[in-house]
Amino acid sequence: MITRKITVALAGNPNSGKTTVFNNLTGARQHVGNYPGVTVEKKAGLCKHGAFEINVVDLPGTYSLTAYSVEEMVARDFIIKDKPDIVVDIIDASNLERNLYLAVQFMELGVPLILVFNMSDLARSRGIEFDLKKLSELLGSPIVPMVAQKNRGTPALLDTIVAMADGKIHFKPVRINYGREIEKELDHLEQLLGDKKYHHHKYHPRWLALKLLEDDRQIKELVNAPEILEAVNRSAMHLEKIFGDHPEIIISDKRYGFISGACQETVRSTVQARYTSSDLVDAVVTNRLLGFPIFLGLMYLVFQLTFTLGEAPMHWIERFFSWLSGQISFLWPAATTSPLKSLLVDGIIGGVGGVIVFLPNILLLFLAIALLEDSGYMARAAFIMDRLMHKIGLHGKSFIPMLIGFGCSVPAVMATRMLENKRDRLTTMLIIPLMSCGARLPIYALIIPAFFPRVWHGPMLWIIYLIGIVLAVLAARVLRSTLFKGLSAPFVMELPPYRVPTLKGILIHMWERGWLYLKKAGTVILGISIVLWAMTSYPRKEVYDTDYDTMMTRAEDNYYSAVIKLNSRLGLPPEATLIKQALQAEMTTARKQARFYSRDREYREAERFKDSIVVGLENTPEGGILSEFLEVRDMVTRARNTFDNAVNEGRLKPDAPAYLLLKSNLNITLAEIEYKQPQIYRGVVTYMDSAWIPYEKTVKEINRQKQGEALTASVAGRIGHFLEPVLRPMGFDWRIGTALIGAFAAKEVFVAQMGIVFSVGDDEDGPEALRDKLRKNYTPLVAFCIMLFMLISMPCLATLAVVRRESNSWKWALFQLGGLTLLAFLITMLVYQAGRFLGIG
Amino acid sequence: MMPLSMVAAGKKVKLLTVNAGRGLKARLANMGLVPGVELEVISNSRRGPFIVAMKETRLLLGRGMAHKIEVE
Repeated sequence: MITRKITVALAGNPNSGKTTVFNNLTGARQHVGNYPGVTVEKKAGLCKHGAFEINVVDLPGTYSLTAYSVEEMVARDFIIKDKPDIVVDIIDASNLERNLYLAVQFMELGVPLILVFNMSDLARSRGIEFDLKKLSELLGSPIVPMVAQKNRGTPALLDTIVAMADGKIHFKPVRINYGREIEKELDHLEQLLGDKKYHHHKYHPRWLALKLLEDDRQIKELVNAPEILEAVNRSAMHLEKIFGDHPEIIISDKRYGFISGACQETVRSTVQARYTSSDLVDAVVTNRLLGFPIFLGLMYLVFQLTFTLGEAPMHWIERFFSWLSGQISFLWPAATTSPLKSLLVDGIIGGVGGVIVFLPNILLLFLAIALLEDSGYMARAAFIMDRLMHKIGLHGKSFIPMLIGFGCSVPAVMATRMLENKRDRLTTMLIIPLMSCGARLPIYALIIPAFFPRVWHGPMLWIIYLIGIVLAVLAARVLRSTLFKGLSAPFVMELPPYRVPTLKGILIHMWERGWLYLKKAGTVILGISIVLWAMTSYPRKEVYDTDYDTMMTRAEDNYYSAVIKLNSRLGLPPEATLIKQALQAEMTTARKQARFYSRDREYREAERFKDSIVVGLENTPEGGILSEFLEVRDMVTRARNTFDNAVNEGRLKPDAPAYLLLKSNLNITLAEIEYKQPQIYRGVVTYMDSAWIPYEKTVKEINRQKQGEALTASVAGRIGHFLEPVLRPMGFDWRIGTALIGAFAAKEVFVAQMGIVFSVGDDEDGPEALRDKLRKNYTPLVAFCIMLFMLISMPCLATLAVVRRESNSWKWALFQLGGLTLLAFLITMLVYQAGRFLGIG
Repeated sequence: MMPLSMVAAGKKVKLLTVNAGRGLKARLANMGLVPGVELEVISNSRRGPFIVAMKETRLLLGRGMAHKIEVE
């Protein structure tokens, strides 16, 4: 059997369920929204039926095929230029006449058309009955009833598509009669256009004539022949004189008249239910007094949900990554300087892991947004906001892209397409980055718990978002009164009816966004993490300015002299060196072993060598004390480690009941040891407190200093230092400067970059360790300034690129980049200096 | 004859004309707001936009917009 390939275009009004039909046909996972304008990209999918391979193209949802909006032009250009074999127009059967308006325009284009009456169950429940056979005859197209949400009617649609492609169903487009006067002018123009000179082979002359009379600017540009345009003008003037209105109004009127006539004969509404349940909900939700508080409350709920519910899964992911970096570290000897290990553990796991940790937050945020969108509330939010938006000179609709901006600036900028007025559109586009996007959430999620008490977590986040909104409002006002002077377009919008969101729709939406985030983590952020890791690791410092070796030797000397002081406590002669010798042997061995794998011969040899020394020492007259000392020391260390691990694992706070229980267990274990060997035990405790712990601390301190010096010398450090004079007034140091470089590529990289700059990830893991470092290095004022700067400053590269594409010029993209960064600098500096002046931080 | 903005909620009216520029008028006509169409005001609060029903469609109009629509 030979398969035939055909292309089918899916068209329909926004909210007609077009996307659901598309998913049912192709099985593609795509967002199903309830707000006009969600589907702006052309999407395609394949499906097979009978001998046909059907390429289904999802056109943007539109109400008509004029040149007023980008979506409508995209849809009609596709029909005209790509010539799909069949157009399937999805019609919301519960709102028939409005939906048929688009269908009529497809008929005028002369494309083979199938009408799908979606939500026919809803229409029936509203008491609407159709005579489908007769209506199909009147419209000249087959009609397929469907309930897309329940996936009913898909096979019938496929059968009809195939039958039409096979020529078994004939499509006889009806020609709307526009009345004697208009038809006369149409004929005249059609004849003119039929002339070879003006022949546009892809367009139907009658359609061209109609569009010219409708004053369609795209078609006028296409025809571009003075004689024809002249003739169109004459015809239009003539018609205006007769009807007292512009021809396009009369044409729309006639189309609606035709539809109304067809429906009168075939549609019967048995119930006269004027107020639907949607209207009742609207009476509350859009109420003058209640509307705004409800809206604010919902927004607050969204943020609380995102923050509190996300905590537990974040902890799981965190533990997974610390386990993973542990496993990878075992592949190398402990003292390795292997760049590969550093790349894997510090660069990749540190960077990507640090971003993936915030996946639960992102998913929850998008869950909330999907709920708002799919239920239909989003359109009401635009309505509620119109009063406010109007005050700042924007359109209520601008609010939708701004709200999407809380998720991600990139789709938000794309959503500005729903604004017809260019000034409205550019203003909205320019202020969108001030809507704190999801990628900035990780930064707040890192910083807020580090610096602010628990009760302040939610409100603090809310405050940050609020600052963004206030700034956006001010920026819009300034833009509208300077660069984009002029009235904003009057507010007219269709309200989709409320719908209970389907679980499938919400989950698909949430998964899609989550997957996008993961993909970003796997590609862009992975790449950036590697680049940034290299920038922070190279050039390597060969010769250090400070003599760290001497510092190490000095620390060791102090350690051993503290050990010698133990002698009297343990009942040894003051000059006895056996304990010192044993500990020395242990340390040398550990250093040697760190260079080998535990399976290496050298590793085992070093172990044996140490054992022989210790055994030799134990066989001296005071050897018994040494063995007891080592034994008790190991027991105490084990007990303490057990306690520390349990506390870290459960993230226990000192006042938690579990913490207290563990603490008393530790005390019991220690008391038992003390009871058996009181003198040795006390010696060991002194050893731990006055020799071992101070020594470990000093070593760590020296290493950190060394790391710091290496970082200062690296590329990132140099850039950070170079920027420091500019950053100082905002309270930022070069480390923050270094992280800002990464944040330009993608905001969430800031977190990963801070992790690398502070070299967290070797022995301590996760945000808690980084939070500790931040707490030690910065004041809450600086922390707030970081969040402020990240909120306002430069949009990420992706946003820059999409603004360039949508505004069609680098000018606006760069203006936004420069403007926002300058604004961020000024505001952050002001806040920091004022804070310092007031003695905060 | 009066502007749509003066019509109280629950009232049914007939659209006469739209006092607007050519582009906007055409856009509204495309949405179905053509002379003669029946509208029912669903909600009309003193300030801000309001909702009209046109057959099964619910339209949100700004106050400025509603001023420009003449009905009877």
